[in-house]
Amino acid sequence: MSVVAALPVRRGGRVVLALLLPGLAYLTLFFLVPFVSLIVTSLMTPLGPGQFAYSFRVQNYVESVGQYLPVILRSFGFALLATVLALAFSYPLAYVLAVRLRRFPLLQALGLVLVVAPFFISFLLRTLAWKQILSDNGPVVGFLQAVAILPPDARLTGTAFSVVFGLAYNFIPFMALPIYASLERLDLRLLEAADDLYARPSRTFLLVTLPLSLPGVVSGTLLTFIPAAGDYINASRDFLGGTSTAMVGNVIETNFLTLENFPVAASLSIVLMAVILVLVGLYLRRVGTRDLV
Amino acid sequence: MSAPAPAITRRYGLGAGRIALAVYAVLALVFLLVPIAYTILFSFNDVRRTNIVWRGFTLDNWLDVCAEQQVCTAFGTSLLVGAVSTVIATALGTALAIALGRYRFRARGPITLLLFLPMATPEVVLGAGLAAQFLTAGVEKGLGTIIVAHVLFCVSFVVVTVRARVASLDPALEEAGRDLYASPSQVFARITFPLLLPGIAAAALLSFALSFDDFIITSFNRGAVVTFPVYVYTAAARGIPAQANVIATAVFVLAIVLVLAAQLSAAARRKRLARR
Repeated sequence: MSVVAALPVRRGGRVVLALLLPGLAYLTLFFLVPFVSLIVTSLMTPLGPGQFAYSFRVQNYVESVGQYLPVILRSFGFALLATVLALAFSYPLAYVLAVRLRRFPLLQALGLVLVVAPFFISFLLRTLAWKQILSDNGPVVGFLQAVAILPPDARLTGTAFSVVFGLAYNFIPFMALPIYASLERLDLRLLEAADDLYARPSRTFLLVTLPLSLPGVVSGTLLTFIPAAGDYINASRDFLGGTSTAMVGNVIETNFLTLENFPVAASLSIVLMAVILVLVGLYLRRVGTRDLV
Repeated sequence: MSAPAPAITRRYGLGAGRIALAVYAVLALVFLLVPIAYTILFSFNDVRRTNIVWRGFTLDNWLDVCAEQQVCTAFGTSLLVGAVSTVIATALGTALAIALGRYRFRARGPITLLLFLPMATPEVVLGAGLAAQFLTAGVEKGLGTIIVAHVLFCVSFVVVTVRARVASLDPALEEAGRDLYASPSQVFARITFPLLLPGIAAAALLSFALSFDDFIITSFNRGAVVTFPVYVYTAAARGIPAQANVIATAVFVLAIVLVLAAQLSAAARRKRLARR
């Protein structure tokens, strides 16, 4: 055995294959092939609930997009609003934890645990908790009506507001953590340098802090936007939604699981995925970050 | 503004801004905890029919969690699904992470993309895709299909977590092992694996948490099986029993204690090192 052969880089071959094969086979079988199944299903001819025939019916797409265009637009609108809200909420919080508390590791650790805390209580139960808190007889509506911000007959649950609110809340940990991670690596001496060069704090932030935390902002916004666009729990009528807040996820769920109208559900899934890929592609090109994984 | 401010406050902006930001951070953290506190509080509610209005403090729900039989069964199912999915996903993901982090080969780019894609796919699409697959293949949906689905979305997260740990490994340690005539398998078992263990443990915990709380993908592939989130979802229309809050609270407390212990011990270690 030569010296080079002893290095893991060269020994590779069979070992690498053995390491990769199970995982790749799994992903192929249960991720790539299902995508093909989804496309095949989306082109079937529906013959009634649960009944369908193999075909190449592109018209399914025309029909489902035509019928559900407002719902699709609403989904992306809600997801975008929720992402912006979550970003505005999380950035200053992550900044305080990562930069201001850097000299206090114990406080920093505690704050970080509190930021991820919502992740550990059931997603559905915490959404239901908001439903009760925002309900017509709840404290928030009562207060807003008392100070006349909200008209006496207005409500919060079942509106677009509560759905966007719920989406933003539920994905805050996914937004805050990546931002925290990139701000934690921020070299404070750069801020001092900007300060020494007489930059105002706002300029320092815009020209130094923000650009250096951009990778975290990009991952955070993607980790919020993508699941939010496909979510249907917040918009569900039993949770924070109402009759006029349905998102594309709700339509896919109803068509797949209740109506068993698989072609419509499958074509909408493909449309959702395609729009997300296009938007994410454009976004990544615009902000220019490539290292995501 | 004209007089030079003391160095410390000048460094990071104005005093008022600093205080406002600190106050904001505290309020934001409190806000994040509101629905958690609500869920915990209502696990102690003296419920009659629905757990919506506060009717007084009781420990009954805690002392008799399985009074609501379905909650307990669903919880058991979720534990089983979580455990099995975690073991499989951690094994598959760790192998992938070691291969990607340790070896150079041509297909690395496409494979990294393939691992990234499940994380970039909305759950509803993953769930519908798998369900369409099971439909065309004629597979009966049940516990097995749920586990297949959970492993799928956990693998990518395991790879990301373990790969970070692989990247931070000091290659000198493995070289030292080889210099001392350890065989490749000995190097792996005695050096690489123990060093990766904290990363693998973190990945397993993450997997379990993801699996335990998943609803969307599960609902597409569950057949008639009821996991804990599925139970909560179906019960939401008629009212959630307080026992569900008890289970969620217990899981929350356990997870927070684990995470807090890990975080604080790491922070304390950093503090000790910084002082030297």
